[in-house]
Amino acid sequence: MGELLINTTGSHVPMLPYLLVSLIMFFAGIYGFFTRKNLILMLISVELILNAVDINFAVFNRYLFPEQMEGLFYALFVIAIAACETAVAIAIIINVYRKFGNTEVDNIQKMKE
Amino acid sequence: MTTIIFYILALVIAVFSVLAVTSKKVIRSATFLLFVLLATAGLFLMLNYHYLFAVQVTVYAGGIMILFIMAIFLTHKPGDEFSTKMSWKVRSSVLLAVGGLLLTGYIIVKNVTRVYNYVQSGEMKMQEIGTAMMGTEKYQYLLPFEVISLLLLACIIGAILIARKETSAGETDSDSDK
Amino acid sequence: MEYTILILLLPLLSFLAVGLLGVKLKPCTAGLVGTITLGLVTALSYFTAYQFFTGHKVNGVWETLVPYNFTWLNVGENLHIDLGVLIDPISVMMLVVISTVSLMVHIYSMGYMKGEKGFQRYYAFLSLFTFSMLGLVLATNIFQMYIFWELVGVSSYLLIGFYYTKPSAVAAAKKAFIVTRFADFFFLIGILVLSFSTQTFDFGILMGGDESIFSTALGSTFMGASALVWAMALIFIGGAGKSAMFPLQVWLPDAMEGPTPVSALIHAATMVVAGVYLVARLFPIYIGFTPEVLHGIGYVGAFTAMFAAVIAITQTDIKRVLAFSTISQIGFMMVALGVSTSMTLNHSEHGGLGYMSSMFHLFTHAMFKALLFLGAGSIIHAVHSNDMKDMGGLRKYMPITHITFLIACLAIAGIPPFSGFVSKDEIMTAAYGFSTGMGVWMTITAGITAFYMFRLYYNIFWGKDYVVQGNHKPHESPLSMSFPLMFLAFITIVGGFIPFGKFVTPDRTVYDIHLDWKIAVISVIVAVIGIALATLLYKKDSKRPAELAAKMQGLYKASYNKFYIDEVYMFITKKIIFNGISRPFAWFDRHVVDGAMNGMAWVTGWSSEKTKRFQSGSMQWYAWVFLAGILLITLIAILAN
Repeated sequence: MGELLINTTGSHVPMLPYLLVSLIMFFAGIYGFFTRKNLILMLISVELILNAVDINFAVFNRYLFPEQMEGLFYALFVIAIAACETAVAIAIIINVYRKFGNTEVDNIQKMKE
Repeated sequence: MTTIIFYILALVIAVFSVLAVTSKKVIRSATFLLFVLLATAGLFLMLNYHYLFAVQVTVYAGGIMILFIMAIFLTHKPGDEFSTKMSWKVRSSVLLAVGGLLLTGYIIVKNVTRVYNYVQSGEMKMQEIGTAMMGTEKYQYLLPFEVISLLLLACIIGAILIARKETSAGETDSDSDK
Repeated sequence: MEYTILILLLPLLSFLAVGLLGVKLKPCTAGLVGTITLGLVTALSYFTAYQFFTGHKVNGVWETLVPYNFTWLNVGENLHIDLGVLIDPISVMMLVVISTVSLMVHIYSMGYMKGEKGFQRYYAFLSLFTFSMLGLVLATNIFQMYIFWELVGVSSYLLIGFYYTKPSAVAAAKKAFIVTRFADFFFLIGILVLSFSTQTFDFGILMGGDESIFSTALGSTFMGASALVWAMALIFIGGAGKSAMFPLQVWLPDAMEGPTPVSALIHAATMVVAGVYLVARLFPIYIGFTPEVLHGIGYVGAFTAMFAAVIAITQTDIKRVLAFSTISQIGFMMVALGVSTSMTLNHSEHGGLGYMSSMFHLFTHAMFKALLFLGAGSIIHAVHSNDMKDMGGLRKYMPITHITFLIACLAIAGIPPFSGFVSKDEIMTAAYGFSTGMGVWMTITAGITAFYMFRLYYNIFWGKDYVVQGNHKPHESPLSMSFPLMFLAFITIVGGFIPFGKFVTPDRTVYDIHLDWKIAVISVIVAVIGIALATLLYKKDSKRPAELAAKMQGLYKASYNKFYIDEVYMFITKKIIFNGISRPFAWFDRHVVDGAMNGMAWVTGWSSEKTKRFQSGSMQWYAWVFLAGILLITLIAILAN
């Protein structure tokens, strides 16, 4: 399948649809981040946002500066950082769960007291 | 053909993104997220970024998703549901998200026609990527690469430290494991 | 003579060592450290004096040496503040006086302060004081002098308030500090005016004989007097504050709340003569350009001398009698400076006699007044009271104190051959040389001096027999206390024979002191009359003094209450300043300034009450507002395009 795709690119998906897809993903993530009360679900929303950013990096690199590789590398680094962030965040979430018995975001507010 | 594949992927991403943030069950949200990530990987493939595709699949869809699922299993009973009643908060968030979407979309649509559309076909050489990642010249990325590696190390240690069970004064770590 | 810097550094080191390690040291160790350091300083001072007065003479004129002088602060183009060491006849003379008295006081305190709480602190402060006083006399410029001047004030404050648990001591310390500080304010203004117009602080340049530097100061006038006159008068006010000249003398009697050795050191021999030293230091300017100010100083001194002497007659606290006598004697020194009419002093021209006699009297007075105070301390140590009515007939119990005290009394009364006679006689000669009125006035003052000193002496050692209470008998003090008494008494006896005119004269040439027989005889007769009167009234316990006091009730009461100067001050400060000025300010402060502050606090509280919901701590809410803000700004940017 990969072979097939490689051979057929070169024509004609313009830049705009890519950007719109990533835009939808991004605002879906934003919406999730605002409304979700569960920490894990908030984290999932954040992953959506980061992923949307990755797509944008890749698209801009490919369409605007194809002879360079900045976008590619930044997407790579974002993925790496996302992995780090997820690992730490999940560690924190598990700790919160141990302390309060659930993973509601309101618990974090209690910690300031 | 390409166009069709692209629109399938785009549809998958759009639908499952929204589902991932509205689903009532955590495990379902995670599954939908997995679909979104895989579709994104497909987009990378369409852009001829094969390496990025591989990374996306292994790190995101593989590594991070496993973490999520483990965390969900650790902290949730199966069948837990979250109410999504239309509170003031949800409504305002919908408003803001849709507003932002429209505004940003307007900006993109209005501006993207000005840029020059150009797609270079052909696979990027893996050797090229490796040289760029390990080089110290201009447009080469050894330093960020090393920084990321340090960050990863710090995260491993930090995650272990945070997730570790707190031991009270008298206990040792081996005691707490029991 | 580079080693002279050690004279300054040793007491400073001792202060730091005893002050910082005081808690760790045993009291006697602290005392020994202080005393031995001061012994070294004294030895160095004597050596300096020996070396200076045997060597440094050019064409029959004493040199001025500056072994150390480095620029400490640069102020503007020409003006810089230096720190250094200045050696000339008067500073060497002061070195000898200060180190001698200070050493005696250090030794004496070993006995007197034994077992006191804060013994180490006491010695630390003594070292600090000695350091500052030596720095004051060795200053190479007027600003360095001012710095040490203030340091002296601080250490005086600390020592007066040594018994800080006693409210009266704390009040006295505050009073001394505030009054002298008030005077120092004028001193500082004077310094600034002087240095601004002459563009130098340095004594060397100011006294260098270059008259052109004063042209600006003499040229500009303010309220009918030239700037130089103002500067010199203001500087003298600073000196008057430290030297307790009328009307700034109120702090000195109260300062007697401090330990008695401190009174001997600071409030009799050294610090209070700082004002005299200041005038003597600037003498060439006073005499050369502002003789009217100098004569004014003389009149102030003359009035103060008489005023304090009259008060001293009626005081019953022995330390207060001595305090007023100190004020009176400093008045003598000021008079001597004030009656000088020229810089020259030789057999035909006596214009500068006052300067020499003032310095001479400073020297002898420091010795016998320190002796009197230490003697008083010894008496207080024995009977545990300051008041005359608790004493009487003590000569049988304390022979050494008695004899030394008598010697000092004879010296201050001006009976030959003791030192006070010689120096006071020179002052009298200078005063008669200035005007007969001044001479007569000072002669009468000297008579009163003799009277009140012997009233004090008889009341302590003669009069009614001492009533022994219980098994506590007054006893002679230990050797550490009686040795300084004997040493100072020795200097008091032989001090008059020092050929002082050889060493300290205004033009720094040699002058042979010779007695003016006519004046000498008059002053001795007056002194003897004073003593006889005191003998008549006080030698035997009788009713006569009380009857006399009853007859002159008004005068007696006025004198006993120090002519109500304190009350006048209280009236001015309490009634006029507090009610008239401070009260409205306080009202303004409380209602307007505080009101504004309280209003601000209230507004802050109110607004935070209203806005605290924004700080909910809810991260999602923050993110929401953040995004909304971004979108809003973007929208505005688009619309603005």
